[in-house]
Amino acid sequence: MPTALDTPASDPSAPPPAVGVACRGIAKEFGSGETRTRVLHGIDVDIGCGALTLLVGPSGCGKTTLISIIAGLLDPTAGDVTLFGTPQSQLRGNRLVDFRARNVGFVFQQYNLLPSLTAAENVAVPLLVARQPRKRAIEQAAGVLEAVGLGSRLKAFPNQLSGGQQQRVAIARALVHEPRLLVCDEPTAALDSHSGQTVMELLKSVAVHPERTVIVVTHDSRVLQFGDRLLEMADGRIVLDTIPHSRS
Amino acid sequence: MNWVAWKMLNGDTAKYLGAVFGVAFGVLLITQQASIFVGLMSRTANPLRDVREASVWVTDRHQQNADEIEPIADGAVHRIRGVEGMDWAVRLYKGVARARRPDGIFRQVILLGVDDHSFVGAPRTILMGDLADLRRPSAVFIDKAGHESLWPGEPLQLGREIEMNERRAVIVGICETSAPFQSFPVVVATYSQATRFIARERKQLSFVVGAPVAGVTPAEACRRIKAATGFEALTYDQFVWQTINYYMANTGIPVNFGITIVLGFIVGAAIAGQTFYLFTLENLRHFGALKAMGVNNRRLIGMVLLQAAVIGAVGYSLGVGMAVAFFEVTGRVLPDLRGINIPWQVAVGTAGVVVAIITFASLMSLRRVLLLEPAVVFRG
Repeated sequence: MPTALDTPASDPSAPPPAVGVACRGIAKEFGSGETRTRVLHGIDVDIGCGALTLLVGPSGCGKTTLISIIAGLLDPTAGDVTLFGTPQSQLRGNRLVDFRARNVGFVFQQYNLLPSLTAAENVAVPLLVARQPRKRAIEQAAGVLEAVGLGSRLKAFPNQLSGGQQQRVAIARALVHEPRLLVCDEPTAALDSHSGQTVMELLKSVAVHPERTVIVVTHDSRVLQFGDRLLEMADGRIVLDTIPHSRS
Repeated sequence: MNWVAWKMLNGDTAKYLGAVFGVAFGVLLITQQASIFVGLMSRTANPLRDVREASVWVTDRHQQNADEIEPIADGAVHRIRGVEGMDWAVRLYKGVARARRPDGIFRQVILLGVDDHSFVGAPRTILMGDLADLRRPSAVFIDKAGHESLWPGEPLQLGREIEMNERRAVIVGICETSAPFQSFPVVVATYSQATRFIARERKQLSFVVGAPVAGVTPAEACRRIKAATGFEALTYDQFVWQTINYYMANTGIPVNFGITIVLGFIVGAAIAGQTFYLFTLENLRHFGALKAMGVNNRRLIGMVLLQAAVIGAVGYSLGVGMAVAFFEVTGRVLPDLRGINIPWQVAVGTAGVVVAIITFASLMSLRRVLLLEPAVVFRG
């Protein structure tokens, strides 16, 4: 009986997806002198739109550093990242911050919801960052929360929600401003198996979009079935680039 | 984002209140102690303030303040009146006497002797009696606080008798006076009566007070008096500040109050600064997330400053409110604190101190927020 893991993630006859993220020669070093450590060793990779790309690998292999650089949160020591045709090296200071605000959404392992804001208010934050009026932002946020199945918990505070629900709020927050790149860091790590499945199903159904690149960093082997493409890292390099069903 | 900053602050009630009360406590301590200090220093000059008609004060040339008095000869008043440019000049006695009730209970009192004819220096606020009655034999007025001190718990009453220097005095009036620096009752008599209530000395005149004619300034009149008589002559303002400066320089009051005020600043800054810093520290991952989501440093600075400003404004209002309540209550209950209130200069100065405390707290917090790498949000 075929499973999701066995199912090809994309139709082979369909045209190849547009490249959302292009990494060229990405290297990153931390420290200086004798304590200098090279974390990434010249990574070249293209990540397309319309697919969910999983980034896996053991702790310390450089996954977090790579997504931080892709998302524009960290400068590479060498190389450049081009996001949707815009080289990040051309963006500095507030231009990079504004670019990130418009084009990147984040889902964090610990959700990072503001405890004093309701679910709808939390989801509205990226819109407030984009200077939308508060009332309109919260209305728009409520619509996205409906889409992730939390229409009845709009006014709940994070401490009144389960871990799975909090992560769904975080996903809604990451998508509310319709970013072209969604970066998810261990989105299921703090969740039980059922909630993890629900979150991944949600990402797969709501986040994946023909004009959006979705990257999920994970350690969780239970969620590999949801990936359209799998990049495996070891010692600062991508050592395997495949689609999950081809893995044995 | 200001709304988000406001909600973040309100969401952590314990830390919000901790920081607010840190500022409020510091403000209360500073405002209360500074106001009492200013009030006490101001009281040293109250005997001068109550003689509102006089713009020129003449005393012994070695006089340093309004309380320690070297008497001058009675005839000095005539010499002062003779100085060109003086409109009028009268005698004023100020000294300390012992007032004894018929049952033997006694108190030290401040005895004022006002000019027998003009009553220059007599109290303006009369609660009971008629000022003209001061001309009756053995007649005195006593201030309300003094009456309550000599006859505690008893209603104000005229006709009571006290004895000063083995001479009988009858209370014919009760008045209000500005609170003196020493919390003694104030007894007012005519100059000729007052000099009978004290031990006889060759010289008894404390001050000659007066005013120049129109067109001559008090300062010019004082210069002429000094030149003509050799007495010390001071304008009202000069004498007030000479007295205040004397107490500032020769008592431990400024140092003691200064220490408490500095402690108020340190305690306020420490509690508010530490609590606000901890609040920021605990919210660092949220600030990191906001940074990742595209909030630039300028807006983050605005958020932190807004949070600090709210703490400062609420803490200041609460602290000043508590200080006002303190003076309202104690002014009624404790006669020693009557008339002490919060001068606007103290309120403004304390606001400046709060700005300093909040700036200090903000700088500590801002340093952490600005140095925060947004990538920190991916580190669990």
